[in-house]
Amino acid sequence: MKKIFNKKNLFALLAVVIGYLLIFLLVEQDILSRQYRSLLVPIGINVILAVSLNLTTGFLGELTLGHAGFMAVGAYAGCLVSMSMPGLPSLLNLFIALIVGGLAAAVFGVIIGVPVLRLKGDYLAIVTLAFGEIIRSVIVNLDFTGGAAGLKNIPKYSNYTIVYIAIVITILVIVNLVKSRHGRAICSIRENRIAAESIGINVTYYKILVFVLAAFFAGVAGVLYGQNLGYLQPATFDYNKSIEILVIVVLGGMGSIKGSVISAIIVTLLPEVLRGADDYRMLIYAVVLIVMMLLNGSPRIAEWKGNIFSKLHSIKKRPVAQKGE
Amino acid sequence: MALLEVKNLGISFGGLRAVDDFNISVEKGQLYGLIGPNGAGKTTVFNLLTGVYKPTRGAFSLDGVNLTGKTPLQISKAGIARTFQNIRLFNKMTVLDNVKVGLHNQRKYSLLSGILHSPAYFREEKAMDEKAMELLKVFDLDKEAAFLACNLPYGKQRKLEIARALATNPKLLLLDEPAAGMNPNETAELMKTIRFVRDKFDIAILLIEHDMRLVTGICEEVTVLNFGTELAHGKTEETLKDPKVITAYLGE
Repeated sequence: MKKIFNKKNLFALLAVVIGYLLIFLLVEQDILSRQYRSLLVPIGINVILAVSLNLTTGFLGELTLGHAGFMAVGAYAGCLVSMSMPGLPSLLNLFIALIVGGLAAAVFGVIIGVPVLRLKGDYLAIVTLAFGEIIRSVIVNLDFTGGAAGLKNIPKYSNYTIVYIAIVITILVIVNLVKSRHGRAICSIRENRIAAESIGINVTYYKILVFVLAAFFAGVAGVLYGQNLGYLQPATFDYNKSIEILVIVVLGGMGSIKGSVISAIIVTLLPEVLRGADDYRMLIYAVVLIVMMLLNGSPRIAEWKGNIFSKLHSIKKRPVAQKGE
Repeated sequence: MALLEVKNLGISFGGLRAVDDFNISVEKGQLYGLIGPNGAGKTTVFNLLTGVYKPTRGAFSLDGVNLTGKTPLQISKAGIARTFQNIRLFNKMTVLDNVKVGLHNQRKYSLLSGILHSPAYFREEKAMDEKAMELLKVFDLDKEAAFLACNLPYGKQRKLEIARALATNPKLLLLDEPAAGMNPNETAELMKTIRFVRDKFDIAILLIEHDMRLVTGICEEVTVLNFGTELAHGKTEETLKDPKVITAYLGE
């Protein structure tokens, strides 16, 4: 048990607590403007979405474009359950909604995961894209989901504290998973499926596991989204949302959790920061994204980033050999 | 009874009989060579024995267990491990992690233990690290443990592939052209390593090789394939002198 309380974990715990206190201070002392305060939850939701999609694209190495579909399933399932039990205390209600939303999305993760096992690369991307669109049009055409007009009067139980906790749990689960034997198996499938199979990795099991886990967290993010806004509209969960999440993941770097978190913050904030530029807003947004992508790939920036991180690391104990990046 | 028993194994791709009526029996602890001109079907035999292809005819068994038509996963668990002609490492993973993936089915803990990092996780990970380092030491790769696999020189990548295959604790190891692209010194060293591996891990090794020095140097028996069928088999020295074999390699 000593190992759980090592220097590195305590450092991470400290960072988590300080991060929360910082946000708490910014909000409660009215330092943040109303506009930015209202962005805290959307940023957090994008962090959860990006980190979970990173498990599929970054670690398993499969390109999927249907993450917003899982988010939609979770959002509607969780919010409908939440509305159906108004008598419960808010925290318990939210907790049940989160679990139900996550599980509903996870079920769809299996449903979509099994047939797409046979597909790779661009084919998988197109099938998952279609899946997301099917979910959206089904929601539009059902009665109990409120149809195209959307679902209204959802209790607003989610707030930045809840979202912060959800982020910490998501990151903890995914980082721990990646560092375990299961994570190594997942990465080995990305690197070479045939070799992975030949040394006894159950490729089918791990592919579905990743789909299910990613879908679960997308569903949780969906519930948090619905319970923050108070209403849901099917149009929110179109392919633009899926692509936005993929942009965040690619920008932050495939297989980098740190990168996903940072880029989720930047990509969510960017359109709001640029609001002053009016008509040119989306143009500048696109240009900034392109420049960031170009810089991301340049060796000089990579070196510079490496230097910064190695300086940070040298504060802690320096590893014996550089894990060649 | 032999460790690996292959009876009339065959596979057709459309009308082409890539391997036909293939028989072989490899004893425990034997070093067996599978040779033949290019395109004779040697790698296809390996793909059949590891479940990558499903045989259309015949059967094979390991240690008395019938493995015909089983998946690569089942065959790996039954105790056949392999390396590839074109090296297939997990390039963007460290050398140590490559071997630890091989230990996947040897040291286990549940998904929940993995996510929660329970005591079982630390215990098993520690055991895996030790076992993996032990294997890397055998191949003189322990100093490169933290390197990415793609940054290793060619010869060491071949060795790492063997180490990874051995991590699955196999009864039979299939080596597909282990000496390809190696200079005579490296090949000589590899021969020593292969013999050492056979003795230390007490396994049988079936290998495909074009380098006749390696084949005559370490293989006790060989089977010669040509156009998907067996041309000759028996003791290495005698078989290689067989006029049919010489004709197949050099022409009339």
